[in-house]
Amino acid sequence: MKRLILIALLLSGPAWAGEARPLADDPAAEARLKHLAVELRCLVCQNQTLADSNAPLAEDLRREVREMIAKDMSDKEIIDFLVARYGDFVLYRPPLKATTTLLWVGPFVLLMIGATALIMTLRRRAHQVVDVPVTDEEHRRVEQLLAEGGKRS
Amino acid sequence: MNRFLLPLSIFIVVVIFLGVGLKLNPREIPSPLVGKVAPDFSQPQLYDPAKVFSPADLKGKVWLLNFWASWCSGCRTEHPVLMELAKSGEVPIYGMDYKDQHDEAMTWLKRWGNPYPVVGVDDAGRVGINYGVYGVPETYVIDKQGVIRYKQIGPLDPDTVAKKILPLVKQLESQ
Repeated sequence: MKRLILIALLLSGPAWAGEARPLADDPAAEARLKHLAVELRCLVCQNQTLADSNAPLAEDLRREVREMIAKDMSDKEIIDFLVARYGDFVLYRPPLKATTTLLWVGPFVLLMIGATALIMTLRRRAHQVVDVPVTDEEHRRVEQLLAEGGKRS
Repeated sequence: MNRFLLPLSIFIVVVIFLGVGLKLNPREIPSPLVGKVAPDFSQPQLYDPAKVFSPADLKGKVWLLNFWASWCSGCRTEHPVLMELAKSGEVPIYGMDYKDQHDEAMTWLKRWGNPYPVVGVDDAGRVGINYGVYGVPETYVIDKQGVIRYKQIGPLDPDTVAKKILPLVKQLESQ
């Protein structure tokens, strides 16, 4: 939101247009930058995307991405450029490959183990629970207890 | 006894995982550049902007490339270690002044000493991006073929220099 206001301010007041914003007047390129920047991680403040971060490095990287968009590079080329320098860590969605299989498959494996354990426990318990017939003596006692309880209240 | 064995072992495994997780530094992101050729650049030199500093000049040498800046507090912490290493003459440390003011960088080196034979200027941080720098100071060990062999993220300390940098430099020198 702040950025939008800032852009609006920069556009409305040409007298103060301080820093050059090469692509501000090209909405398509700016939209591509936004689309890419939410997929990329800022390496300084690691839980922010490149779009959110105000860190100087994030600004530099946005500038770099803007320039690559201006050069008409594809999204894949731009992302490859950043991954080659910063590793998979710049991606908010890590790719599925040998080193990340545990990350992707792990939760499902745990879910399967949990589900199997649950089913096994339930089955075992089903065997353990046996019908215990209530004797006449016990029936009488229950009735007696209930009757006593009724009197008390 | 038996019924506690499984929960207990699960608990121990979780504790081990969490313990290892606590020891990891989330700021240390393994660089994909280790083992790859150091990105080329030709940047003006701090002391003589008319001259150019480029890794091509250093082919055949084992050297360190240290990204620093006068505004960076970690660089101040690291600086005595670099001075000591430069004095030992074991390996040359080349500097890259990252996103800094020219005058402030000069004052900083004058005040604390200059361990670098040559300092390049990376005004716009573009060399930094090509090297995957995300927090100065960062130091790269580059071998005779111009391949990055090690990346130190954050300040170098005497322990890292003695246990990692120097043995690696010796090994690379002998190749």
